[in-house]
Amino acid sequence: MPIRGRIEVNQLHCKGCELCVMACPQDVMALDMEHLTPKGYHPAQLVAEGCTGCAICAIVCPDAAITVYRETPQKTRATA
Amino acid sequence: MTKQLLKGNEAFAEAAIRAGVEGFFGYPITPSTEFLEYMSRRMPELGRAFVQAESEVAAINMVYGAACTGKRVMTASSSPGISLMSEGISYIAGTEVPVVIVNVMRGGPGLGNIAPSQGDYFQMTKGGGHGDYFPIVLAPASVQEAIDYITLAFDLAEKYRSIVHIVVDGNIGQMMEPAELPPMRKIPKEAPEWAVTGAKGREPNILTSIYIDPVDEEVVNIRLLKRWLEIEKNEVRYKEYALDDAEIAVIGFGTAGRVASSAVRAAREEGIKVGLFRPISLSPFPKKQIEEISKRVRRILVVEMNSGMMLEDVKRVVQGRVPVEFYGRMGGVTPFPDEILDEIRRVDSNTADVADLEREQWLDRLEARIAGGK
Amino acid sequence: MVMEKVVYQRPESLTDTVTHYCPGCTHGVAHRLVAEVLDEMGIREKTIGVAPVGCSVFAYNYFNHDYVEAAHGRAPAMATGIKRVRPQNTVYTYQGDGDLASIGMAEIVHAAIRGENITVIFINNAIYGMTGGQMAPTTLAGMKTTSSPLGRDVELTGYPVKMAEMLSTIDGAGYIVRRSLHNPVNIRKAKKAIRKAFETQERGLGFAMVELLSSCPTNWKITPQEALDFIENSMLPVYPLGDYKVHPELAGLRV
Repeated sequence: MPIRGRIEVNQLHCKGCELCVMACPQDVMALDMEHLTPKGYHPAQLVAEGCTGCAICAIVCPDAAITVYRETPQKTRATA
Repeated sequence: MTKQLLKGNEAFAEAAIRAGVEGFFGYPITPSTEFLEYMSRRMPELGRAFVQAESEVAAINMVYGAACTGKRVMTASSSPGISLMSEGISYIAGTEVPVVIVNVMRGGPGLGNIAPSQGDYFQMTKGGGHGDYFPIVLAPASVQEAIDYITLAFDLAEKYRSIVHIVVDGNIGQMMEPAELPPMRKIPKEAPEWAVTGAKGREPNILTSIYIDPVDEEVVNIRLLKRWLEIEKNEVRYKEYALDDAEIAVIGFGTAGRVASSAVRAAREEGIKVGLFRPISLSPFPKKQIEEISKRVRRILVVEMNSGMMLEDVKRVVQGRVPVEFYGRMGGVTPFPDEILDEIRRVDSNTADVADLEREQWLDRLEARIAGGK
Repeated sequence: MVMEKVVYQRPESLTDTVTHYCPGCTHGVAHRLVAEVLDEMGIREKTIGVAPVGCSVFAYNYFNHDYVEAAHGRAPAMATGIKRVRPQNTVYTYQGDGDLASIGMAEIVHAAIRGENITVIFINNAIYGMTGGQMAPTTLAGMKTTSSPLGRDVELTGYPVKMAEMLSTIDGAGYIVRRSLHNPVNIRKAKKAIRKAFETQERGLGFAMVELLSSCPTNWKITPQEALDFIENSMLPVYPLGDYKVHPELAGLRV
């Protein structure tokens, strides 16, 4: 199963510069044209399945606006 | 402690060290260089910071940075060097960090020369740098006074988070005189709470002179002005000699004041009722004291080693109550006691109105004196 | 139950203040990298920053540690003063190209000559940003700015200045490199360089500077992505990335 991740975009910090959208290797991000941030920008968001939590979006983000999470595989305790 | 024979600049440097200076940043310039040279040896000896900077511009900004840590720091320079430092001086004023600056003044404008002068009076007392601020300016007239006021300067700088300028001229910087140095002060371990020391267990401290919103800047201007009014109330300093029954008051600071004191003594021996007022704090200016004097005397003679700069401050205080006359030498020329004695005699017998022509009248006399080869 | 871990979050060394930088300006990336390095090294609480005059004049609002604000170009002198009286602190300047390579040329060169134990983060975006896009000493030949409207004429205004190359000739310099912020790979490399520049200071190995090729979409009058492409296509040939001077004691350092 592919690694699954997700992101949270801070609506205060995001300025809709789109650098994360352009950099996303999975091509699963886009600006949310339906909403404006308090500063008046269209924020970035995930728009499709497939985020791997690679954090490329966070690496290019000039505003440290993105928190990235990744699922960790559950270790099953071996039984004797 | 006993008196020793001390050279001006070196004694000032040692006085600063004993006052607890922990950083000296400077650039060589005559006639203040011995200050830097002395520091280059003494500061490392004591494990304190010394940097010979690449320019006065850099030196004052090193002082600025070091002052932001709350430590006692200083520089010493001479007139053209102070001009270069003016930018940093304004930033220091705007950031409200304590700094002591010694200016061993020389003849100017421009490169001028290296001879003693008081031509930086306006530059020092009226700010020098840009913006709305008021520096404290102290003008000692002897090696001992300079030692005492350098020590005091650090206390005042810290008390008011202000710049304190010590202005002397090449005479005082270069002369050797018997004087007594104070004991070594202990370096405080704790930094003031506003200082940048690393935000360990506290919110970050930010030291800046930017207040981008004019309303915020005005708050700072008000704070600076209120602090200045406190300084004007508390920190006026001066020396008086034979003024009690004086009909003529001579007013002069620093070397000019010291030369004038010889002339005043000689004039007293001739029976002229003359006294001397010597401002030590040029800023805050001893306004009340001079105002009081102007109510008691017939005439005032201002003596300076410039074109009549303090003269303007004196006249503003005297407000035409009595005639104010002027005698100065410029360009690095120090007046002789005899010259001033001649002036005292002349002023004592003069009953004419000066009518704001004291500079023109003085220039005529000065040019005649120069033409006469005196 | 699905468990998840945080892969990336805003570093502690940044405050929560929204920057005034234009959307897509890589000043923000540089800030973030410095903050991440301070976090990783655990030195936030002993660090003192020196902000410049220029677009990053308000850097002190964005970093969560002590900061002072210098006069234009004088940050290295101010940092010198701080570091000399408080050697126990980590001191760095954050300067743009107008600040460092024009008005502050003497201060940066002499800080390097003295081998000051400070770290310098140098943002080269080939333009004056704060004042609205004038020619900088780093402006490329032929590049149009508001003060070189026909394009920079190198015959009249000189050639782009190469600070990393220049400072690398100085004996007092311990670590001088140029990196770029135009894509994820280079951003990662830039962060490692910033880490090494702070390690240089922690080890007392002298003056350290990381020159970062940075974007200015607003004054270059292109989109943020196009600005990154401009760095890659137009700036890299003039400003080659690389290690211009690395103190031998840093050579084996893995970060």
